[in-house]
Amino acid sequence: MTTSHESGKQEMQTSVKPSSLADVANAKAPKTPGTSALGTGLETRGVHAWFGKHHALSNISLDFAAGTVTALIGPSGCGKSTFIRTINRMHEFIPGAAMAGEVLLDGKDVYAPGTDVTKIRLQIGMVFQKPNPFPSMTIGENVLSGLKLAQLKVDNKDDLLEECLERAGLWNEVKDRLGAHGGSLSGGQQQRLCIARALAVRPQVLLMDEPCSALDPGSTLRIEDTIRHLSDTMTIIIVTHNMQQAARVSDYTAFFLSDGGPGQMIEVAPTSEIFSRPQDSRTESYVTGRFG
Amino acid sequence: MSTQELVIPVPREIVTEPRRSDKVFRGVVTGGGLSSLGILGLIAIFLGYRGFEVLRQEGIGFITHSDWSISTDDSGNVLDSHFGLAAMLVGTILCSLIAVVIAVPISVFSALFLNFYAPGWLKKILITIIDMMAAFPSILFGIWGFLVLMPSVEYWAKLLHRYLGFIPIFDMQVPVYTRSPFVAGVVLSIMIIPIITSVSREIFSQAPLDRIQAAYALGATRWAMIKAVVIPHGRSGVIGGAMLGLGRAMGETVAVFTVLNIVFQVNWQMLLGAGGNVASLIILKFGDASPYEIKALMAAGLILFLLTLIVNAIANLIVKTTGKSGR
Repeated sequence: MTTSHESGKQEMQTSVKPSSLADVANAKAPKTPGTSALGTGLETRGVHAWFGKHHALSNISLDFAAGTVTALIGPSGCGKSTFIRTINRMHEFIPGAAMAGEVLLDGKDVYAPGTDVTKIRLQIGMVFQKPNPFPSMTIGENVLSGLKLAQLKVDNKDDLLEECLERAGLWNEVKDRLGAHGGSLSGGQQQRLCIARALAVRPQVLLMDEPCSALDPGSTLRIEDTIRHLSDTMTIIIVTHNMQQAARVSDYTAFFLSDGGPGQMIEVAPTSEIFSRPQDSRTESYVTGRFG
Repeated sequence: MSTQELVIPVPREIVTEPRRSDKVFRGVVTGGGLSSLGILGLIAIFLGYRGFEVLRQEGIGFITHSDWSISTDDSGNVLDSHFGLAAMLVGTILCSLIAVVIAVPISVFSALFLNFYAPGWLKKILITIIDMMAAFPSILFGIWGFLVLMPSVEYWAKLLHRYLGFIPIFDMQVPVYTRSPFVAGVVLSIMIIPIITSVSREIFSQAPLDRIQAAYALGATRWAMIKAVVIPHGRSGVIGGAMLGLGRAMGETVAVFTVLNIVFQVNWQMLLGAGGNVASLIILKFGDASPYEIKALMAAGLILFLLTLIVNAIANLIVKTTGKSGR
């Protein structure tokens, strides 16, 4: 699906040795980014966002190396969701919304004139906070709906269906009732169905906007498991309010904060650094639970 | 620990005593709700009472025969009478079906345009215009249809006949293209477009945002999103709107009376200038009807009333059976 380059920019140094968050972050094997045919990753340069006159997000420059999981943490209203919605150009659906800066996927600006925005959204998939399967479609149709919506052809739909549900950790639970309606699943299953649906179009980047906030702990763990497996084949950016979750699943963590003005990115570092030796005192206050 | 055996109690009766304000409000809304039912019932009783004599006289022939004649002697006694509505019923159904077939696609496309494509300022203007169309007097639609629309519709009718004449409803033996059910159907369709558009627009605007976003996030174009999310969600509402429009088209009187050539002969050929509908029959005959003929017209009204009820019942059934899938 994408061209593979030697990954040129890995500004998030892999040389920094992860020490310890809580020990949770350490329990993971450290990840070497950008090793496979994942493209060269995603980069944002000086991204600002507005809703009408309200300046919601200021000057976010982040580099997401291919094949890594980055968690965005911070208090509510600091612009994390707005930020990821600028990445796949969902931000512009809101009337009055505006943005500045660049979002580079494999070095190409997704906001460049003449860009086919539907293609961008195929390459940068998204999972939403609330599970949103299509209720008029069956489980199987839901998984393959992206192909239909984007008019993509595949040779073997059944294989793809099984593969995606398998990777989303849902196959065993639904393999006998693929013809049932998507709405008949539990909340956690629906969310994994939405992940499977996002995987079916083979995105290079997957954005997850608090994917577990509406789920019970069991489903949350299943999805975290899924995220860790997925990061072998794609770049993942996850917004979360749950710091344990950030520690469990992410390689890098970025801390966002709004001091009354637009949301800003305070600090980004390997996850274990953020949780053990944050550079900024505000990050430290947040991750130790003193505010937010 | 007590060793007493657990006695399973009888479920308690749960009583709630509503507050006085709640009781008053309940009374008001119950009255409002029942009054429409009461009025409907009274109309049916009135029509049935006035039309009963004719219905008994004609029997089933009242809806299966197509003649309408009455002869009286000088003092006004009825010598002979034949009343049959078949032609008018066929005309009612034919004209309103034509109207719905034309109006539904136009309305659905306008509703989609208004919700998903039109810029804000244009949307406001168009909604105002469409709502005004609904309030436009039907006699003006009739006159406009007769004077302005007829010549062009005649041309379309000729095209339909030439290229689709092998289909029975487009066939015709006598080349009389003016004042046909087709022309009446086109006029009616313009009259019911506002209501179908308005209902469809409302239901489309309620399509859930999270599913719309899900579709876009999967790389859907706007049209693909509409097909996958908005139309499945709105299907039952559009059918409901179409049925409201159908009801209005079936009861429309003046516009049809102005446009249509009323003939007491069953005619399924929509391009042929002959037909009628029940309501236009009533207006045609009402002015100089004898007391007995008035009774026949009341009976005709009752039949129209029942036909409308049946159509609405079918509509409700359709909405119920198709409604669940898209929600």
